[in-house]
Amino acid sequence: MFQTFSFNHVLFLAQAGLWTLLLSCMALFGGAIFGALIMLARISLYAPLRFIAKAYIYVIQGTPLLVLLFIAYFGLAFAGYDVPALVAAGFAFTLYAAAFLGEIWRGSIEAIGKGQWEGAAAIGLNWPKTMRFVIVPQAVRVAIPPTVGFFVQLVKNTALASIIGFVELTRAGQIVANATYQPLSVYMTVAAMYFVICSCLSFVSRRLDEKFQNNGVHQPIT
Amino acid sequence: MFYFEFSGTLARWPEFVHAGVFTVLLSATAMLLGLIIGIAGAFARLSSVRPARVIAGSYVEIIRNTPFLVQIYIIYFGLPAIGVRLDALTAGILSLSLYAGAYITEIARAGIETIDKGQVEAARALGLSPYLTFRHVILKPAMAAVYPALTSQFILIMLATSVVSVISIPELTGVANDIQGLTFRSLEAFLVVAAIYLGLTAAFKGLFTVFDRTIFSFKYVGR
Repeated sequence: MFQTFSFNHVLFLAQAGLWTLLLSCMALFGGAIFGALIMLARISLYAPLRFIAKAYIYVIQGTPLLVLLFIAYFGLAFAGYDVPALVAAGFAFTLYAAAFLGEIWRGSIEAIGKGQWEGAAAIGLNWPKTMRFVIVPQAVRVAIPPTVGFFVQLVKNTALASIIGFVELTRAGQIVANATYQPLSVYMTVAAMYFVICSCLSFVSRRLDEKFQNNGVHQPIT
Repeated sequence: MFYFEFSGTLARWPEFVHAGVFTVLLSATAMLLGLIIGIAGAFARLSSVRPARVIAGSYVEIIRNTPFLVQIYIIYFGLPAIGVRLDALTAGILSLSLYAGAYITEIARAGIETIDKGQVEAARALGLSPYLTFRHVILKPAMAAVYPALTSQFILIMLATSVVSVISIPELTGVANDIQGLTFRSLEAFLVVAAIYLGLTAAFKGLFTVFDRTIFSFKYVGR
């Protein structure tokens, strides 16, 4: 009646793992674009823009991701869009990633000394040129390790997309667990797959941090 | 066209209040147990006994590199296979505490590392008992040093409690799920709980600022 947990199931899980990675990359990509806008608004000289960005970050960081997922899922349906779970999840994770990346990158920009801004102004660079040639190239070194660290969070958190019915690694684990009735070995396998992905990324993040000698100052509290 | 209809959802406010209190209690329990695990874990990570270091280190790495949802599934659905049958609430509290404990281990370790060895030696030389040295010279200043990180961890734990709704624990998100099943106004139910979570986050952030001055009053001596 029940299937036995076999290598074919492991292959099925690995395949679902690719969906996990796809969703994480979608969130990172969408979050990077939107997060850059949030970062710019956050450091803007225009107070209302700063306030909007700050409020956005506060709201996203102050509500659980699961609730955000439900709001995106039901909200899109409510607004009349019948979208697949992948789109709803991608949308929610983009909003989520944007708030965190915006805050991480703001920190990286602000880590660059005031002298750099003054120096750029003294040689006659305007704001876009100062950003492009002076500030961003230096801030990237500060920003990359915590950004990779945040990507680990994203990969782990995409597990929540299983709750709104997107078949990624965790949902695939549930399906296999129900078919084989061996939940312990199945979920252990699922956990091991996440562990491999996330610990590799964590390792990369730590190495980059050592390489750029940031000494973990800008690592987000995860 | 679509329109909001909050009346049916808001009419169930007593359930939201109940669930909110439950969420706070659940978070506080998890945080307290997590602190105990975390402090023990931090001392294990810093100990001179190699196996203790390895065990604490792998515990932290395993918890931090796997999704919380999968940890809940392993504890609630997986453990019965080896004869450990927990009810939903116990499984929820256990998984939340283990999750919190891993992060607090790292925070507490950073705190303990700020304590200069000379402080401990001075305390012993002055005749403080090992217990008093531990309590007043190591633990309290260490926790004071990482207090901001601990408070943001509490907020993160509170937000993470939403995930235990998947094993039918009646906290805020679970209750919102039940209510949307009754009122068919899903978006409204989740918007209401989002607002409640936001209010709780703001309230706790304020509360922790007040706590800081009372628990760690020594930080403010002469200021």
